Amino acid sequence: MEQQFPMIQVMDYEGCILMPEYRKKITKELVMACYRHLIRTRMFDRKCVSLQRQGRIGTYAPYEGQEACQVGSALALKEGDWLFPTYRDHGATMTFGHSLKHILLYWKGRNEGCIPPNGKKIFPPSVPIATQLPHAAGAAYAEKRKGTMNAAIVYFGDGATSEGDFHEGLNFASVFHAPVVFFNQNNQYAISVPITRQMKTKTIAQKALAYDIEGVRIDGNDIFAVYFETEKALERARNGGGPTLIEAVTWRYGAHTTADDPTKYRDQEESKRRRETTDPIRRLERFMKQEGWFDEEWVQNIQDEVTAEIDQAIMEVERVPEANPADMFDYVFAEPTWTIEEQKKAYFAWERGGTA
Amino acid sequence: MGTGWYSMTTAVNTKTLTLVQAVNDALRTMLHEREDVILLGEDIGQNGGVFRATDGLQAEFGEERVIDTPLSEAGFTGAAIGMAVNGFRPVVEIQFLGFIYPAYEQIMTHAARIRSRTKGHFTVPMVIRAPYGAGVRAPEIHSDSTEALFIHMPGIKVVCPSTPYDAKGLLIAAIEDPDPVLFLEPMRCYRAFREEVPEGKYTIEIGKGKKLREGDDVTVIAWGAMVPVAVKAAEEAEKKGIHADVIDLRTLYPLDKDMIAESVQKTGRTVIVQEAHSTGGLANDIIAIINDTSFLYQKAPVERVSGFDTPVPFFAYEDDYLPTPERVLRAIDKVIQF
Ligand SMILES: Cc1ncc(C[n+]2csc(CCOP(=O)(O)OP(=O)(O)O)c2C)c(N)n1
Repeated sequence: MEQQFPMIQVMDYEGCILMPEYRKKITKELVMACYRHLIRTRMFDRKCVSLQRQGRIGTYAPYEGQEACQVGSALALKEGDWLFPTYRDHGATMTFGHSLKHILLYWKGRNEGCIPPNGKKIFPPSVPIATQLPHAAGAAYAEKRKGTMNAAIVYFGDGATSEGDFHEGLNFASVFHAPVVFFNQNNQYAISVPITRQMKTKTIAQKALAYDIEGVRIDGNDIFAVYFETEKALERARNGGGPTLIEAVTWRYGAHTTADDPTKYRDQEESKRRRETTDPIRRLERFMKQEGWFDEEWVQNIQDEVTAEIDQAIMEVERVPEANPADMFDYVFAEPTWTIEEQKKAYFAWERGGTA
Repeated sequence: MGTGWYSMTTAVNTKTLTLVQAVNDALRTMLHEREDVILLGEDIGQNGGVFRATDGLQAEFGEERVIDTPLSEAGFTGAAIGMAVNGFRPVVEIQFLGFIYPAYEQIMTHAARIRSRTKGHFTVPMVIRAPYGAGVRAPEIHSDSTEALFIHMPGIKVVCPSTPYDAKGLLIAAIEDPDPVLFLEPMRCYRAFREEVPEGKYTIEIGKGKKLREGDDVTVIAWGAMVPVAVKAAEEAEKKGIHADVIDLRTLYPLDKDMIAESVQKTGRTVIVQEAHSTGGLANDIIAIINDTSFLYQKAPVERVSGFDTPVPFFAYEDDYLPTPERVLRAIDKVIQF
């Protein structure tokens, strides 16, 4: 199966292009956009970890190491497409246009954080594992029924492939030929459980065979492989070619969440080693240096701009008025039921000294 | 500590443990005690569980008895049913109660009814452990308290301790029970305090509540994470000269009908504290018991202090959602002043 689903690399670890057919498509403009988003997502993630440490946001799920998967795939989307993320995919949602302020609100325990910017079809992060796959199949099928050229992308981890919803989502999309890309980030761990204990199959891509859909395996730390393969899959979807399962092989450097201690189950030296060799940002830098496109001053400018953007978002979030308990009651139904109305009334009466 | 509501068999020395350590101690005790006990769940082996409830157990008992499963609640719960009908006593861990739903079908349509479908030919002596509840600033879906979904389910017992001592004795009883037991662990109490816990094996009878305070004026009934809230309110009431009987139910199905009736017949006034949503909640069944056993003794309508009929909110709102001692105290005042 590893022969049937070889790991596609467009660029090697040294930043040399392995697939000359892509050479022309790798424009300076594309490279600069990729680099900028990689830096932006990494800086935001690190900032979130430090905000959590200071108690300014709640438990947080970092994605450092997986930026090429998230940036490369999100850049391949078109404006009208759908994006279904997990809790670890705000690198993708921010690249696709989610606001940093809203992402931060989510991690501050506010449901405003689930609301995408106007016109953006970004679903709230799925917390129950794999539940978002059937949604993406359905949303994509709806686009097909409506006769649009829009597609959907859905993110999930290696652990998610063990849930029934993974299989049900793929099968539904296959049967109804839905324009959806199932984007797996195989970071090789589901919390503490390594992929070798999660499944006996050597690849995740091969699971596509069971549903007779396209399956590809790519180096998820190679932003060109991610970008071009996702673009190809999205084009296929738009043109009636049905769903694709993409397995992007990657690695999370840090903890599963800020509540997790990875040294309980793995040697963190491995993360250090990977930072040296396969880091998605360093790899792109190596390529840029070879091309003579790496300009220190430009990089510094990006970092300054991103720092300012993040600081601005944090400032805005910290000025958001406190959570209003009325929100808890007001959005359960279009029209509140009498039970909710009574409870809301009793709650506010209690605040004024009554019973609840 | 009273006697009579538990039975000690081999216990002698004690250790000072938190609730989560008491769970660990119960599991270790039973893995030692019985060859047929086997643990399954996500991240329970090498990692020792995300709350460390199974810490050290895989190292001690091996990978064949403490099994890290694939990420599949339906899979490992269904497999545990298969093992239970075939000679094992599986104890599965659902990482958070809010993630039990993929396993719901296995529990509802199989674990809970195989005995009755086969007139006892096949039985499912398994335990499903699940941390539950809000109040720890966890991400969304991690804070559900949906005990009512399982209390309503015929064929499974539901247990919910609030102290380390009870957690160990009840978990051992659950493992020894011939039928499936859902064992709910209040996350908020996991490390809230320590208590003397006997070493070795002892059991607490499933179906028996515990009286935490004696008083003649009002009965306050709670379970799990709401027990400390109820106790705090009772202490405040005491300062005003109101003496409360406080009951920790400990088992949610079947309820300790006798203890409830005895108390409410004495006080005639009742406050029930429930973290879960109001509609369809366990508090309503307690009111039914009061109605059936003690209607003529009542001096005031029963007050419920509950979560609302809303999804458990994101953590920025959870302090508004959760019953507090202040809300309970006001309900006590209301039934007293009625
Ligand atoms: C249905 C369900 N079960 C358990 C959990 C608890 N949990 C949260 S993340 C996680 C591991 C997910 O691993 P993977 O799918 O590989 O994604 P990753 O977190 O590595 O991105 C688990 C078990 C959950 N969120 N949902």
